[in-house]
Amino acid sequence: MSGSKQTMADWTKGAEAITYQSCAACGTLQYFRRSFCVNCGAPDPEEKCASGQGRVYATSLVCRAATPETRAHVPYNIVLVDAVEGFRMMAHGDIDLAIGDQVTARFAPFAGRLVPYFQRITP
Amino acid sequence: MSFITGVGLTAFGRHEGASSLDLMSQAAELAIADAGLKRGDIDGILCGYSTVAPHIMLATVFAEHFGIQPTYAHAVQVGGATGLAMTMLAHHLVDSNVVKHVLVVAGENRLTGQSRDASILALAQVGHPDYEVPLGPTIPAYYGLVASRYMHEYGLPQEDLVEFAVLMRRHALMHPGAQFHDAITVADVLASKPVALPLKLLDCCPVSDGGAAFVISREPTGEIGVRLRGCAQAHTHQHITAAPALSELGAEIAVARAKAASGVAISDVRYAAVYDSFTITLAMLLEDLGLAGRGEAAAKVRSGHFNCDGAMPLNTHGGLLSYGHCGVGGAMAHLVETHLQMTGRAGNRQVRDASVALLHGDGGVLSSHVSMFLERTR
Repeated sequence: MSGSKQTMADWTKGAEAITYQSCAACGTLQYFRRSFCVNCGAPDPEEKCASGQGRVYATSLVCRAATPETRAHVPYNIVLVDAVEGFRMMAHGDIDLAIGDQVTARFAPFAGRLVPYFQRITP
Repeated sequence: MSFITGVGLTAFGRHEGASSLDLMSQAAELAIADAGLKRGDIDGILCGYSTVAPHIMLATVFAEHFGIQPTYAHAVQVGGATGLAMTMLAHHLVDSNVVKHVLVVAGENRLTGQSRDASILALAQVGHPDYEVPLGPTIPAYYGLVASRYMHEYGLPQEDLVEFAVLMRRHALMHPGAQFHDAITVADVLASKPVALPLKLLDCCPVSDGGAAFVISREPTGEIGVRLRGCAQAHTHQHITAAPALSELGAEIAVARAKAASGVAISDVRYAAVYDSFTITLAMLLEDLGLAGRGEAAAKVRSGHFNCDGAMPLNTHGGLLSYGHCGVGGAMAHLVETHLQMTGRAGNRQVRDASVALLHGDGGVLSSHVSMFLERTR
């Protein structure tokens, strides 16, 4: 994070938001925050707030956790979601989510902090 | 040119009271004796890491402990791909005359030296510290994500996935050093406790104590030469969130580069040693490497294709899934077994023809890959 001009707090900083970066020079999107574009190296990609809408790419229901804090939550569903904006992120989600489901994010407490939590959009 | 001139492997499982250095020393002693060499002949040391006893200079810690003053030494860290990555580096070191005999060694008391939770927690740190680890994933969860996607895209049913666990256990039953000695069935795997669905307990490799070592030399030291024909790596990402599409993962890239480097084709291969941290890892890698057509690996397991007496014997010691997984040494056991097969010393597990072997290692979450071809020269 050193050198990056972070203007928006997101869930990794305790805020109820999912953010991503967009490179003005080449248009590349990135989810992991950096002070440069991972594709072309241009400095200071623009920070944007995501809508929280996306589609489930993969799921894994954790039934065996490794710490007392996380064990209190089992089973919990780890999901990879492809955001409509065009980046992929890891989050939690409803236990019955299936690959391909359209989902929307809220924020839920987990092991002493807030994490993004996806649920299916009912058509 | 380079040759694998000696191999050493401890039993995997519980080694009460043994430290990582003890297990490294046991395996190193075996490998050097197997090569017909003495400690003083070793002029290069490459070692893996120990999560139980992390050290910033493990190779020199080991060299001092073992009683060697090498001209070249350092540790290597590429997760599960470390053993083959060290072998690749040893190959280039002897091939370019930097050293004559490299000892490649790893060992860890991962089972008895720390709690299982501590092991799982240490390994989960391959995830992104800000964007993944706070969500409480485990290594099985990272691979569970991959499994769910692979099963979705290629229509791999759970009953097919678990075949690989049964196969590895069947092989382990023939090796006295394996961690597990009880036969399992498809029903047993399906009924085992859920860990990170779709992966269940018997889809996952265990945590083990153990050690493994090899000697890589410029010339053969025995009658039968096991030559490293060619090897290559590919690194596409670290974190599963940043992984490319299933069709663009590193195994296919690494094996294509290794084929180009060695001139060996998959049709030349007679024995396969493939990383198998989870059933999904083995299923995917067999298909990515071209050892089975897409969606065909499980059918090949059922038909006996990968058995000791099959057309492509695979991990005949039982693999990580059933011989065990002590960290870096875990996947090194695959190379030890390959060497025993290639030199006709695999006893009741001996295959008919192991003249050309393909080995493949994977580190992280299918992040780092090393493919390697070995050939018996006489």
